[in-house]
Amino acid sequence: MDAFNSYVLFALIALPLAGAAVMLAVPGERRLAIRWVATAVAFVVMLLSLYVFVGHTDFGAPRRSMDEFVGRPHVLRFEFQRSWVWLDLVPQECAVAESTLGGYMDCLPGTDGHGIALALGVDGISALMVMLTGIVMFTGVLVSWNVTHRTKDFFVLYFLLLAGVFGVFVSLDLFFLFFFYELAVLPMYLLIAVWGSSTDFSTFVRTKEYGAMKLMLYLVAGSVLIWVALMAIFAQADLGTFDFVALHEYGELPVTFQRIFFPFLMVGFGVLAGMWPFHTWSPDGHVAAPTAVSMVHAGVLMKLGAYGILRVGMGLMPEGAETWMPLLIGLGTVNVLYGAVSALGQRDLKYVVGYSSVSHMGYVLMGLATLHYLGVGGAVLQMFSHGIMTALFFAVVGSIYEATHTRDIGVLEGMARPMKTTTALFVIAGLTSLGLPGLSGFVAELLVFLGLFQTYPILGALAVIGAAITAVYILRLIAKVFFGNTDPSTSSGQASSAGLGRAAQLDISRVEGIASWILAAFIFLMGLLPLLFINGIDESVARLLGAMAGAG
Amino acid sequence: MNDLTLLIPEFLLTALAFVVLGADLFLPDRRKQVLPAIAALGLAGIVAALLATWRGETGSLYGGALVFDGYALVFKVFFAALGIVVVLSSVEYVKRHLKHPGEYYGILLFTVLAAMLMASSRELLTAYISLELLSFGLYVLVSFDRYNPKSNEAGTKYILLGAFSSALMLYGISQVYGLLGTTRFDEVGALLSQMPDPGLGVQVGLALLIAGLAFKVAAVPFHMWAPDAYEGAPVPITAYLAVGSKAAAFALIVRLFVDALVPAHGDLQVVMAVLAALTMVLGNLVALVQTNIKRLLAYSSVGHVGYLLLGVAALSALDAGGSAGAGRGLDGYALVVNGIMLHIVAYAVTNMAAFLCVSTVYDATGREDTAAYSGLASRSPGLAMVMAASLFSLAGLPIFAGFVSKFYLFNAAAFSGLLWLAGLAIAASLVSLYYYLMVIKRMYVDPAEDDARLKLPRLTTALLAALFAGTILLGIYPAPLMLAIEYASDTLLTLSPLY
Repeated sequence: MDAFNSYVLFALIALPLAGAAVMLAVPGERRLAIRWVATAVAFVVMLLSLYVFVGHTDFGAPRRSMDEFVGRPHVLRFEFQRSWVWLDLVPQECAVAESTLGGYMDCLPGTDGHGIALALGVDGISALMVMLTGIVMFTGVLVSWNVTHRTKDFFVLYFLLLAGVFGVFVSLDLFFLFFFYELAVLPMYLLIAVWGSSTDFSTFVRTKEYGAMKLMLYLVAGSVLIWVALMAIFAQADLGTFDFVALHEYGELPVTFQRIFFPFLMVGFGVLAGMWPFHTWSPDGHVAAPTAVSMVHAGVLMKLGAYGILRVGMGLMPEGAETWMPLLIGLGTVNVLYGAVSALGQRDLKYVVGYSSVSHMGYVLMGLATLHYLGVGGAVLQMFSHGIMTALFFAVVGSIYEATHTRDIGVLEGMARPMKTTTALFVIAGLTSLGLPGLSGFVAELLVFLGLFQTYPILGALAVIGAAITAVYILRLIAKVFFGNTDPSTSSGQASSAGLGRAAQLDISRVEGIASWILAAFIFLMGLLPLLFINGIDESVARLLGAMAGAG
Repeated sequence: MNDLTLLIPEFLLTALAFVVLGADLFLPDRRKQVLPAIAALGLAGIVAALLATWRGETGSLYGGALVFDGYALVFKVFFAALGIVVVLSSVEYVKRHLKHPGEYYGILLFTVLAAMLMASSRELLTAYISLELLSFGLYVLVSFDRYNPKSNEAGTKYILLGAFSSALMLYGISQVYGLLGTTRFDEVGALLSQMPDPGLGVQVGLALLIAGLAFKVAAVPFHMWAPDAYEGAPVPITAYLAVGSKAAAFALIVRLFVDALVPAHGDLQVVMAVLAALTMVLGNLVALVQTNIKRLLAYSSVGHVGYLLLGVAALSALDAGGSAGAGRGLDGYALVVNGIMLHIVAYAVTNMAAFLCVSTVYDATGREDTAAYSGLASRSPGLAMVMAASLFSLAGLPIFAGFVSKFYLFNAAAFSGLLWLAGLAIAASLVSLYYYLMVIKRMYVDPAEDDARLKLPRLTTALLAALFAGTILLGIYPAPLMLAIEYASDTLLTLSPLY
């Protein structure tokens, strides 16, 4: 079991890559074979990702307070660790073989350069993110069963993307974290520009090429800042290594340095997290992308940004974080309100979901910025909850578009009659989004609000207003699109009469249904048994905040 | 007593070039396809000879004018390997578009010889003569397509500006020799470091020397010749111009800086930093508006020269001993030299793949504008994949070679205290991503103007596959190459007066 445990994280990266390689070898005409390979690999990866979270979590553990960890060395703890030296930056023998870092570093940093190692490991926070990625990946493959245009290329790029996402969550070496981060960005252009769809209302036109290019340039521009910050950390710490744990414990970054470079990380990762005012790529990109890619993108990729702020920013620059968090919380508040108000005014169903993502990511940023135990925990849960919920949203919107070939809210009406399952699923996602108790969104947002009221009560109140606006646009949408004018004979739109007749036979397909119900199941699971999830992340959050408090 | 056995590989290469030239006279036209085979196999033999005659220690000839260290060895093997790739990628092009294959391959071999000598030169005049041998070969090769007016124009521009820059360099060398009384790198370095103020004459001499070299590598503002020469030259020669001539020039520049200029002139940092900043920003910005793929790649290569110059500037930024300040572990010089060499190799592999795609598309369609790439993904999925991978690699995205080499080089520069310039380089890469993506968009999104599938010659397919594999292999497992590079930089630096 130990051998298995030490390879499981590597397998999470390697299996998608191997799957991509296998599919590359299959002739492109054999779509069914490619789909089955993709489904099988994604299923195995999902099981592994569930194993990572479950295996990591001690469900009976007592609650740990962050005060326990303040001022203690080696506070951060990672499981499933394994590392392979990849590149020595300086060819030197390691003088000290004995390790104080849980046996996974070969050399003590500071004495000899260790260079770059593929160092893998997860704590509770990344384990939860790994599980989220596994679930979204598998369901994304399922909803992509209807991709008929260049099926092979689609799945190869999709798997490349997912390998990158897993890589970021499990890497404990900043070089590889960045490597996988960029790897996740790489396939996006083609995935959107080739398989995406354009929005064309005569007054508002966004081509898929536009969305793809905008997304690429924004994300890579963000990574420019991250890259600069990583190089600065490397030079400043002068340990000759990019190892996160070594830098965390021996890095000794001066406070001024942290104050200068924390914003680089905050904005750089913030771009990917959809932080206002750098969020505009996100609705455009999500809308243009094909369904599965929207799911991965809004569901998982945006979490990479928040995760980066948490892991690299708060982990390595606690004092810098403390200085800049008031700004982040302000930006997060704008995210919540601006995203929600923008969602109110959208005509394209997918744009509504896109802006709602911007709004919900605002809660994540706010929660992180509280630097409070409840707030940060809530932010992490919100990352998971939003990931699942938004994936479900996009899956459902995808099947509506599939059936009616429109996403125009002005045209869609009374979908509840022809598309019963779809409606049920959309309502579940919608209620999660507005924070109905019993569903996952409530748990996460409640914790974020509690954290906020302990630290920034006024902004907490604004955040609650954001949730109220969410209720307005979601309920209005449900009323109009699904339950408005359910009699097909009197429907007024031009596209709807043509579309609705076909929609009668085109309720969500069975494969998509399975995918959507898996997602819905996790929404209920987290809503009804939140302790399962809180147990998983609780100790890691306490350790992180304890380490930060100890540094400050 | 000079031990001429050190020069065995160079002698053999000269003989090989004459064999190819001579065989051309006797072979009937239909048998001339054996010429590239002779050249390629011969170059493979040269690689073997280089490794076989390597003694594991540094040797020198002619009073230190030529030095044979690990640095020279690694570069020589690289140049010979690059020569093989260029020869093989020329086969189709020469067969279709050019006459006199013997002269083409013969002159190509002479330029490889020149590049090898540049890597060994440790004296200004020897370096100059090697550089001229390279340039003369390239002048001929650029204008080789002699019934094509563009090729002629390119050759004329190249030779005029090349001669001008050679004159600058030669004048700079004469200044240095006149005032210091020596042309050996290490002696120049030693003399300069003893003078508190070297005086205007020496400074002018060094400035001219650097300007001349900047001309050769097409650094802004001395880059004007490059796009025209690239556009007019036969495609494989464009590739060779973009990769081989620059790699050779940087082999020389790095040795010149490490041995002579950095120990004495830390303040060269400003000059080199400005040169690097201008080159990478302007090269990438102007590339944005290009519609001819060769010009686009030409400006992109100007941008890449900027990244390499960033490395040279970083060398000048370091203190004695190679630390950026109160360093405690890493050797900044080694890091920077490694970074430059790694980037040269990664850039070479990637760019050869990109140009081979350009050449293949040109053979099939006769076009060089980016519109010719519309729908390439459906006309030839493999070719489009290699081209896309090369462009992503040039833009510096993983899992390709360009990511690792850029990361290493920029990180080394940042470590040397040039974080702002490294940041600028990364921002310039972001700009480059845009125009690479525009080409990728043409290949994958735009509909094809002509649906006929492209048929690739078997040799081209094999070479494309090899270069593609190399691009990915360097991107995910550069450790073996890094061993060779570390060995090279180690021998270079132990010889340098820096330590």
